[in-house]
Amino acid sequence: MNIQYIAQQIVNGLILGSMYAMVAIGFSMIYGIIRLINFAHGDVVMIGAFLTLGLLQVVGAPLPLVALMVLAAGAVIGILIERAAFRPMRGAPQVTGFIASLAVSIMLQNLGILFLTAQPRNFAFPGYLQKVIHISGVSFRMVDLVIMMCALSLMCALMLLVNKTRLGMAMRATAENIDVARLMGININRTIMATFAVGSALAAIAGLMWGGKFGQIDPLLGFIPGLKSFVAAVIGGVGSIPGAIIGGFVLGLSEVLFVGLLPPIYSAYRDAFVFATLILILLILPNGILGKKMGERV
Amino acid sequence: MMLRIDDLRVFRDKTYVLQGVSLDVPQGEIVALIGANGAGKTSMLRTISGLLRPESGRILYKPHGNGEEIDISRVSAEQIVALGISHCPEGRGIFSRLSVRENLMLGAYLRKNKQAIEQDYRRICGVFPILAERARQTAGSLSGGEQEMLAVGRALMSRPRLLILDEPSLGLGPIIIENLFNILHDINAEGVTILLVEQNAVMALDYSHRAYVLENGRVTLSGPSRELARDEKVRSAYLGGG
Repeated sequence: MNIQYIAQQIVNGLILGSMYAMVAIGFSMIYGIIRLINFAHGDVVMIGAFLTLGLLQVVGAPLPLVALMVLAAGAVIGILIERAAFRPMRGAPQVTGFIASLAVSIMLQNLGILFLTAQPRNFAFPGYLQKVIHISGVSFRMVDLVIMMCALSLMCALMLLVNKTRLGMAMRATAENIDVARLMGININRTIMATFAVGSALAAIAGLMWGGKFGQIDPLLGFIPGLKSFVAAVIGGVGSIPGAIIGGFVLGLSEVLFVGLLPPIYSAYRDAFVFATLILILLILPNGILGKKMGERV
Repeated sequence: MMLRIDDLRVFRDKTYVLQGVSLDVPQGEIVALIGANGAGKTSMLRTISGLLRPESGRILYKPHGNGEEIDISRVSAEQIVALGISHCPEGRGIFSRLSVRENLMLGAYLRKNKQAIEQDYRRICGVFPILAERARQTAGSLSGGEQEMLAVGRALMSRPRLLILDEPSLGLGPIIIENLFNILHDINAEGVTILLVEQNAVMALDYSHRAYVLENGRVTLSGPSRELARDEKVRSAYLGGG
């Protein structure tokens, strides 16, 4: 085991982590604003992946345009899900929303199987993205670089949106106290809708990345990113966007390093390790890395 | 009358928290609503600002002196803000993770004219200099008194015609309370009508023009504050002695 090998694992971990972070951000934003644990969030990743496949290989659109369309479609899907499944549950106990999100998730997965068949499909980006780049012993594909750049620039754009715009201020205010936000004149329905739109757009683009990275997609692929982004969001401190980003990278890195650094016979335990990491971090930091006390709303 | 509340009934948690309340808030006055815990004072204010929906009754609001009356009992909270009613909620409702400046700017959320907002921001910083000093700090780092100043300042940022305050004196020391009520008096002198809920009946009756006593969701006494302050029942129940 040499330094290059470790550097390679770290690069792999960062790439995986950036995808987890993209999904975890939306997960955390949605929890932050209406205290909803949204298990359908991972399935938006799946929809994004299939949309990308369709637009690239059936329609034949260029990749940057596909990315923009997937972002937009993700936003629309997020709005539709919120409207249809979660708005009618507003004000109901937390567990009701949680069960509704499971229902949405199962429905999306089965609609996927119904219309797209459960058969995994090959997913290939254009040839220039498959080119392998070597930098002092560490190698990665062009697509990995694109994933990283795309993820980082979207994160920066998101931080600007949340911290510097009127909508972002309304989102933060609503997340902290929904009643007082209304007293400021904030239309909370619109703000919650915007939060779903932004979070789901990021999840859909993560679907594009997921397909490009792993080369195969199927209608159930959303389950694992959904679950792991939940873990990432909790590790980072659920409700916090920087926390979700950090959580995503912590999870991606530790998962890859676990598989890469321990003897191969343990690699089958990678998911068990993910949850062991979660338990360990929550034992030390019960509110996650950047989490504030998520007690009752006063 | 700026605000005329007519036979308002509000149902919550299996009981009527307001069982037919009527009260008037004349333009330009300070009206105090006093009463024990659980009398329905906060529910009253939350119903006016649209956070609670009444079962029956009307809330007639006349934003302009000789304009038309509108029934706002079915209007959404955000539209009520736009009509010129600003509600400074119980427990202050500061956004503790946002900066002091952001809290104030949220008060002006529905206003469009950036210049006028900036001007009001400076004016409010003039009234509460501590807010200018702490503009970039998170609001959660302020002391209780400073948070109350922020809540009042934020409520004023919407340029309200009617300012609703829910127990502004709660948890504050006597000097700060005195100071706060003097500021409220000045705000009122500039033409803002005020409806005030207070447990501190001494201060409330001292600074208001008229008052209503609420008991178990009903108005049991009302009149000019000076007269109520002399009333035997009020004195024994709310002013601590006879």
